[in-house]
Amino acid sequence: MGGTAAVEAVDLVKHFGTNRAVDGVSFVVPEGTVLGLLGPNGAGKTTLVRMLTTLSVPTSGTGRVAGFDVVTQPNEVRRSMGLTGQAATVDEILTGAENLRLVGALYGLPRAYVRDATERLLDRFDLTDAADRMAKTYSGGMRRRLDLAVSLLAAPPILFLDEPTTGLDPKSRSGLWAVLRELVDEGTTLLLTTQYLEEADQLADEIVVVDKGKVIAAGTPTQLKDEAGRASVVVTLTHARDLEAAADLVRAHSPEVHVDRTSRRVTARAGGLGDMTRIAAAFEASSIELDDLGLARPSLDDVFLHLTGHRAEDADSTEDAGPITEGAAP
Amino acid sequence: MTTLPTTRATRPPLVRPPLSPPSLVRAASTIVWRNLLHIRRMPEMLLDVTVQSVMFVLLFAYVFGGAIAVAGSDYREFLLPGIMVQTMVFSSAVVATGLTNDLQKGIVDRFRSLPIPRSSVLVGRSISSLIHSSIGVAVMGLTGLLIGWRIRNGVVDGVLAFLLLLLFGFAVIWLGIWVGSIMRTVEAVQGFMFTVMFPLTFVANTFAPTETMPAWLRFVAEWNPISAVTQACRELWGNGLPAPADAAWPLQHAVPVSVAWSLLLTAVFAPLAVSAFRRRSRD
Repeated sequence: MGGTAAVEAVDLVKHFGTNRAVDGVSFVVPEGTVLGLLGPNGAGKTTLVRMLTTLSVPTSGTGRVAGFDVVTQPNEVRRSMGLTGQAATVDEILTGAENLRLVGALYGLPRAYVRDATERLLDRFDLTDAADRMAKTYSGGMRRRLDLAVSLLAAPPILFLDEPTTGLDPKSRSGLWAVLRELVDEGTTLLLTTQYLEEADQLADEIVVVDKGKVIAAGTPTQLKDEAGRASVVVTLTHARDLEAAADLVRAHSPEVHVDRTSRRVTARAGGLGDMTRIAAAFEASSIELDDLGLARPSLDDVFLHLTGHRAEDADSTEDAGPITEGAAP
Repeated sequence: MTTLPTTRATRPPLVRPPLSPPSLVRAASTIVWRNLLHIRRMPEMLLDVTVQSVMFVLLFAYVFGGAIAVAGSDYREFLLPGIMVQTMVFSSAVVATGLTNDLQKGIVDRFRSLPIPRSSVLVGRSISSLIHSSIGVAVMGLTGLLIGWRIRNGVVDGVLAFLLLLLFGFAVIWLGIWVGSIMRTVEAVQGFMFTVMFPLTFVANTFAPTETMPAWLRFVAEWNPISAVTQACRELWGNGLPAPADAAWPLQHAVPVSVAWSLLLTAVFAPLAVSAFRRRSRD
């Protein structure tokens, strides 16, 4: 896509005293794509975002946003991006509409535009009814939405989101994801940080995994999952009595077979779709009845465990480990 | 929330208009507008400069007034300049709490992520605090007029004294910005500012003449910048006699010394404040 870099980090370092919060991080976000910075609490994600959005000065290294240097051209950077910080930084004493008007005035946007954009953004984020209420009366989710609306007021081509859905209930979270996808469709470049593997998997074109201030892996969600371990074929039988026969049948195609009696499952290491098709054909030819046959890929949670040796904190996503079913019972 | 993307997707996306990043004056006045909106939403923020102002003027005038003898003038005449200077000094506490609050809540980060001149946040804060304190001075002045305080030396000197108050207020605001940038919580800032400001505004000629103080305390009080400003206002408004002949040198030249103190305090605290604020908001 695009080809030109919307955001670029070159060997960024930030030390706080003796603490190396960010310790030489590099990545590129091409225009129009979504980069997910994935890592546990304290990995250095927020510090990275703060450096790239001119809020924090790097100890060393270079950051560029829309081609502008974050240290020497901070104003050009600020004009090119929007930021939604980790804590919703809305003014609680002002109403939702006033928060937008305040930021509109500080951007120096034409009044008529601010009026129109305010109305549209409040509508888009379902805040029209609350427009004239002080933000301190808003729920957590509403504040987040208002914060995002404020960041979008000047229609920035690049948007930074620091843990945009932390603390949101699942419904608000998926709603926010939908809005973010719309923005991407409209051509916005996103850099988002998250502790949620599922979120990175859902939204990001490219994931950079950071831990203790360093990049420990990077790639597409699929690449990362492939790295963590190969896929496996999971066969669920209708009758437990067929388990031995099924295991023998699978063994002909895969060296590593695991039988789980309680779930009536036979799991086998597989190279990919080819192995699955061969195994499926073998069952087709046999008399064994199947409930399900599918290819399971490791979840990003597994990836994280594999890379860091510890689980991502707060990782609430265990559900995406389910098999990617590419053909039900034959 | 789940329903919104499907229903709203039909709207054309916002098209970015030309940005004309605001000048310092415009950005700062926008921030002042925002701070004044806060006051309008929470009128209780003005209690310290309205109800309290009236209360303190009346308390001092009637409770202590009878007991404190002031040479050549009525105690109420003596009191008003002193208590007004105290109010201006407390604007440093107002600016410090406001700033810490904004830093804590991430509002300063929000402002700093926008293409506005770097100093607009501080300038906006300072101006709002001066407005805040000026309201206090105005309320006190009106209360004073009701109980017998007068400006006796004409309009020019009268206005000059108010300008002097503003100048001194501007100087101490830097102290507030410095403290507000160093301290982490609003509670800490309030605790610190009040612990420092009370002795500072009382060990002076604000509420009682310095002549009766022990020699060492009198020395401290008379060299206190607050005393010079108070004495300057008394002289410009014609409230009481000039400083006694044995008073310390600053009180003999109260008006120029007040200006000098204000400039000196600004020269010392403004760089400290700006660098502390930068450090605080850079990491």
